[in-house]
Amino acid sequence: MAHPIVKLVAQRLALGLLLLLAASVLIFTGTQILPGDVAQAILGQSATPETLANLREELGLNEPVVSRYFGWLFGVLQGDLGNALSNGQPIGPALGGRLANTLFLAGAAAVIAVPLAVLLGLVSVRYRNRWPDKAISAVTLATISVPEFLLGYIVIFFLAVQYRLLPSLSTVYDGMTLGERLYAIGLPVIVLVLAVLGHMMRMTRAAILNVMQSAYVETAELKGLRPFTIIARHAFPNAIAPIVNVVMINLAYLVVGVVVVEVVFVYPGMGQYLVDHVAKRDVPVVQACGLVFAGVYIGLNLMADIVSILANPRLRHPK
Amino acid sequence: MKDDLAKLVDWIDAGGLSRRGFLGRVSAFGLAAALASAVLPGQAWADEPKKGGVLKIGLGGGESTDALDPGLADGPVAFNVNRQWGDTLVNVTPDKVLEFRLAESAEASEGSTIWTFKIRKGVKFHDGSEMTVDDVVASFKRHSDENAKSGAFGIMQGISDIKADGDNVVFTLSTGNADLPFLLADYHLVVQPKGGVDNPNAGIGTGPYKVKSAEPGVRYVFEKNADDWDTTRGHYDSVEFLVINDATARMAALQSGQVHMVNRVDPKVAKLLSRAPGVKVQTASGPGHYVFIMHCDTAPFDNKDLRLALKYAINRQEMVDKILDGYGSVGNDIPINESYPLFDATLPQREFSLEKAAEHYKASGHDGSPIELIVADGAFPGAVDAAALFQATATQAGIPLVIKRVPDDGYWSDVWNVKPFCASYWGGRPVQDQMYSTAYLSTADWNDTKFRNKEFDDLIVSARAETDEAKRKEIYASVARILWEEGGVICPMFNDFIDGVSESVAGWVDDPNLELMNGFASAKTWFA
Repeated sequence: MAHPIVKLVAQRLALGLLLLLAASVLIFTGTQILPGDVAQAILGQSATPETLANLREELGLNEPVVSRYFGWLFGVLQGDLGNALSNGQPIGPALGGRLANTLFLAGAAAVIAVPLAVLLGLVSVRYRNRWPDKAISAVTLATISVPEFLLGYIVIFFLAVQYRLLPSLSTVYDGMTLGERLYAIGLPVIVLVLAVLGHMMRMTRAAILNVMQSAYVETAELKGLRPFTIIARHAFPNAIAPIVNVVMINLAYLVVGVVVVEVVFVYPGMGQYLVDHVAKRDVPVVQACGLVFAGVYIGLNLMADIVSILANPRLRHPK
Repeated sequence: MKDDLAKLVDWIDAGGLSRRGFLGRVSAFGLAAALASAVLPGQAWADEPKKGGVLKIGLGGGESTDALDPGLADGPVAFNVNRQWGDTLVNVTPDKVLEFRLAESAEASEGSTIWTFKIRKGVKFHDGSEMTVDDVVASFKRHSDENAKSGAFGIMQGISDIKADGDNVVFTLSTGNADLPFLLADYHLVVQPKGGVDNPNAGIGTGPYKVKSAEPGVRYVFEKNADDWDTTRGHYDSVEFLVINDATARMAALQSGQVHMVNRVDPKVAKLLSRAPGVKVQTASGPGHYVFIMHCDTAPFDNKDLRLALKYAINRQEMVDKILDGYGSVGNDIPINESYPLFDATLPQREFSLEKAAEHYKASGHDGSPIELIVADGAFPGAVDAAALFQATATQAGIPLVIKRVPDDGYWSDVWNVKPFCASYWGGRPVQDQMYSTAYLSTADWNDTKFRNKEFDDLIVSARAETDEAKRKEIYASVARILWEEGGVICPMFNDFIDGVSESVAGWVDDPNLELMNGFASAKTWFA
């Protein structure tokens, strides 16, 4: 063993798992301290003392919190997320389909947004404080400042209603080809790209500009290298760590923060699924969704850490 | 008059008036029907349904927790889903007349305590099996079982026995009820094979379309039932429901041609939508109404003068104009309007009077502490705005009304029927008895005004068994007066059903029973 990178990565992984465990405790306690007890919340107005007692028994609410938590945790570790209270179906398959949809949308948006943001960042640095830089900043800052639902309605109005280029509904279902799916999610992808572009672009620009102050960049300039080569070959690799961090935060956002976009475009992703079940006080589903979201967040941050480590030559080439 | 006629014809062309409405208006001019037909353009008479096509409907009001069990249907999407694959024994037509469906006829005993329904023969379920009288009995028995949690459980409670008798199903009631056939038109009461006891979520019925795929909260696909017993309906090859809860997205889907129909058009955008090309707005004034409800057993609302003060302090016309944008009519503090049979039109309209409100408020001896009205956006569309209008006029009358706005989440379980003063919504019922029995009898689970009045209860029960129509009407008139005077319900407005329909769809008939032609839009319309 020995390579420090392996050790570092192993440490990060262990920390990530610990964090996920802590998140599971938070999620579980969070759902337990919802006003009233769960059985009461489920039965609502039609609750009678007998039905309440029956339901508590059925849900195992009479056991102490700690043992219920471990029961749930062991179930999750074995891949059993439990059954939804509202329709009695196992959560796993339903959630899986929704998660796949969410990842598909997030992935499509990321494939466009990340390279575009980095490229625009590089261009901004190359022409810093000149009109291309200002134009890129102005546009991306404007789109990031407009609430997503409004962006959604604007693109629906122009691209779906006025010019009918893309469908306003992004419903996807089994049996659609990849092409049909990509066509269906055109508008939400545009909105998501516009929503995350600004942050990543500005961060790329700032990180590279920071590196541009270094002595070796000056040396490269004196050597007479072309400005874009300096930025791309010499400055960018040393700015990767902060850029990756902000990219990962935005990717996580694409997965867990797109409820509004899902609603506007009627996309059957995790967000809509979670909201429906929160409204029905379907606690096991809420817990499962919470855990998946936490997992995505922690996983992506973990990846950002690892990439930063790998991007650091001092760690890659130990003495 | 000729100009008027031309205007009406234009109106039909613009989709503003149905043919039936046209004939009604023309007869008001004293024209014979034959003459009226002569001036109608050919298009309006193109009544021969065409077959084929995929109808897409964008629906608000569906969740991923919806089940296919017809008894559990409790939102617009689930209701419309029931209508695709299921049939009930009877329906109520747009003119409020009984129409026999899976039953061929019905007969009542003296006093309306025993009802015999003759069941139609030769009807096949989607799985190919033939519908029997036993299936019908089992279906109704399931809805009578408390564990089935059917939305029609309340209706079934009045039925003490259901049994098969040859080709008939016999219902024995605990007390007589002349309205029973109307009650059995309830959309939950779908006949399923073996009553759906083994698998209530199978989606197997006798309706015009078969369930092909059901993804709750997302999308439903139905295909034409080739063996449909009723060959006059179901003109499309298949029907697709897309659940679009976001109102703006729903309207955009209609305008961009992705769907042919949408439900629940916001009154505020209805006029704008009607100007969009290729789209019609269809309205029907139904029994649905928006209410502010006070618990008659909780201070300060246990004081009749305070209740009256609040009733006088609300400006109903302003609410119809501003909240419904004119797509509705003023309410009169009873849950009944002229869309109900046996409606008593002589009940005076409660006027908006700040003087009377102030007078009653003074008489109530209220201590002047804030009176809290709880609202959420989800109580009814525009509920928060309506509450603000109410607060403004109440304040003018010196009533210290304050608004507490709460989230939609949990509103129907934690606020409605729990808190003493809140905003709410009723979709209405086919007959007066059912509306009163559901929400105003002392014993009703959903007595959301905690209104308990012995005289009122007795009158309701006596009206059920009364077979003399004139007498029933009289009883309902007294019932309405009691509630109008004593009740805890403030009813500012009745809302219209507003649907958006593409001009490519023909055969639309406004139906005041429920949205989208009482859920039969897919069964009765076709592509022009």
